[in-house]
Amino acid sequence: MTNVLDYLTDTVERYPDKTAFADEETALSFRDLKNAIDSVGSALLHKGVTKEPILVYMNKSAKEIAAFMGVIAAGCFYVPIDSEMPAMRILKIIDNCNARICIVDSHTKELTKDLGFEGDILEYDSISTQGSDDEALRAAREEALDIDPIYIVFTSGSTGVPKGVAACHRSVIDYIEQLSEVLEVDENTVFGNQAPLYFDACLKELYPTIKFGATTYLIPKELFSLPLKLVEYLNEKKINTICWVVSALTIISAFRTFRKLVPQYLKVVAFGSEVFAIKQFNAWREACPNTKFINLYGPTEATGMSCYYRADRKFEEGEAIPIGRPFKNTQVLLLKDDGTLAGKGEEGEIYLRGTCVTLGYYNDPERTAGSFVQNPLQKSYADIVYRTGDMARYDDDGNLIFVSRRDNQIKHMGHRIELGEIEAAVSQLDGISLTGCIYDERKEKIVLYYTGEISDADVINGLKGLLPRYMLPNKVFRLEEMLFTPNGKIDRKSLKQKYISENE
Amino acid sequence: MDKLLEILNDLHPEVDFETETGLIDSKIFDSFDVVTIASEIIEAYDVDIDAEDMVPENFNSLEAIWDMIQRKQEEA
Repeated sequence: MTNVLDYLTDTVERYPDKTAFADEETALSFRDLKNAIDSVGSALLHKGVTKEPILVYMNKSAKEIAAFMGVIAAGCFYVPIDSEMPAMRILKIIDNCNARICIVDSHTKELTKDLGFEGDILEYDSISTQGSDDEALRAAREEALDIDPIYIVFTSGSTGVPKGVAACHRSVIDYIEQLSEVLEVDENTVFGNQAPLYFDACLKELYPTIKFGATTYLIPKELFSLPLKLVEYLNEKKINTICWVVSALTIISAFRTFRKLVPQYLKVVAFGSEVFAIKQFNAWREACPNTKFINLYGPTEATGMSCYYRADRKFEEGEAIPIGRPFKNTQVLLLKDDGTLAGKGEEGEIYLRGTCVTLGYYNDPERTAGSFVQNPLQKSYADIVYRTGDMARYDDDGNLIFVSRRDNQIKHMGHRIELGEIEAAVSQLDGISLTGCIYDERKEKIVLYYTGEISDADVINGLKGLLPRYMLPNKVFRLEEMLFTPNGKIDRKSLKQKYISENE
Repeated sequence: MDKLLEILNDLHPEVDFETETGLIDSKIFDSFDVVTIASEIIEAYDVDIDAEDMVPENFNSLEAIWDMIQRKQEEA
């Protein structure tokens, strides 16, 4: 198997009428999905595309997933953009990948024109119903290799320019095979998707669904502030598998929802990307004693998740849930600063090795070379590993425990953020002199300090056009004078001490 | 009410909470905000907010939020 769409060939034969992907408006059966994919793929091929990036700018929907896969059918790779992204970020993405074509829906058509996109704008509803050009699709499939990219997703970059991570068929297939085993996915799996479609997180639902003939419901976003309705939704749709960010799980447990209503069908709850407050984790475990809880860890640059840990016991307050062990066919090299392997209890940086390592940052050889490096343990043949910047250690059972970040990258509400990108955006505002951004892990707050002739409110208002919602600072303080390190750099450490001492 | 105002101002310094009565209806708050505010209230006022309190009516204005907090304090 060399193409992610090979999964679908078999599944559509077995379950033509079963629902593959459903949102509040549309449910696509596997047959509908296949037809839409073939039609979109054919329409793109008729435009003369060949192994190139295609923008997909649609509202989160079952149709958007069909558009992604239609792009793959044409031998191309999809680049999702979303109206949740501020215009500035979308422009940077368009700039980076230089796409000729953008697939839109009725909600985003005008927005795309407003962005000044100069390529072809194709409407999904029109290109998904034109029928299939089997000859053209077959030719595209024959030319496709498993090392061809299938998507580019953009992640925060410390200089203010987002990095586009490109992943190929082979990496995604490897990931889906290993992940499905850990999550015990089969044809009876019903996923409840929470993650946005413009990150790699949604791979967990998208590709296992077509591999096994499972079903994925895209949960309406507004339910994530209505815990009772959210659990009602899970029960109504008989959802048995969820892969959510911790903050989404906490929304249910923190408001004592379980006293009223408990999810009835959940078999597997996977979470990750951030610390799970033990009190909340234990509340989930008690409410759902027959559910398996799995902590997942992994960076976008290694396709998705690389390690897992079955959290099958009670945890004590203050204890950390391990990130566990790597998936099959993935290796973790835990390297100390001297380049040797860390022993038990010793801290090291996580390097990931395996088919999961992606193709690097799109159109960015410099930053790619910085993080995708030759395996430091051997120099005899080409062996590219990904340097995560995550520091970890092994516990007594041989499980990896996350310790800290090497740099100024943070995890906030499940999102990966470079504090440097926030600072870069603040610096663009009129009236700003200097700025330093820190993160209060305890209260999960992004804290911004700045000097200049501009008010707090104007800083926030200005940033709204530059940064995604989840990157906006939660606390903003204007300083008369910035704090510097002895060699004249903005002193984040002292800013953090100042913040903690003033806010205890 | 000062603590509550501080919580709200941190999230949306551009909003005049003394006068705004359509925080949800006018889409000033999204689901993300509502959850953040509720979590901060739990911590700042040492009250429990239950799933059934997480409804738009309780978050539409400063007054509505304040009423909810007082109700929760009386219950406790």
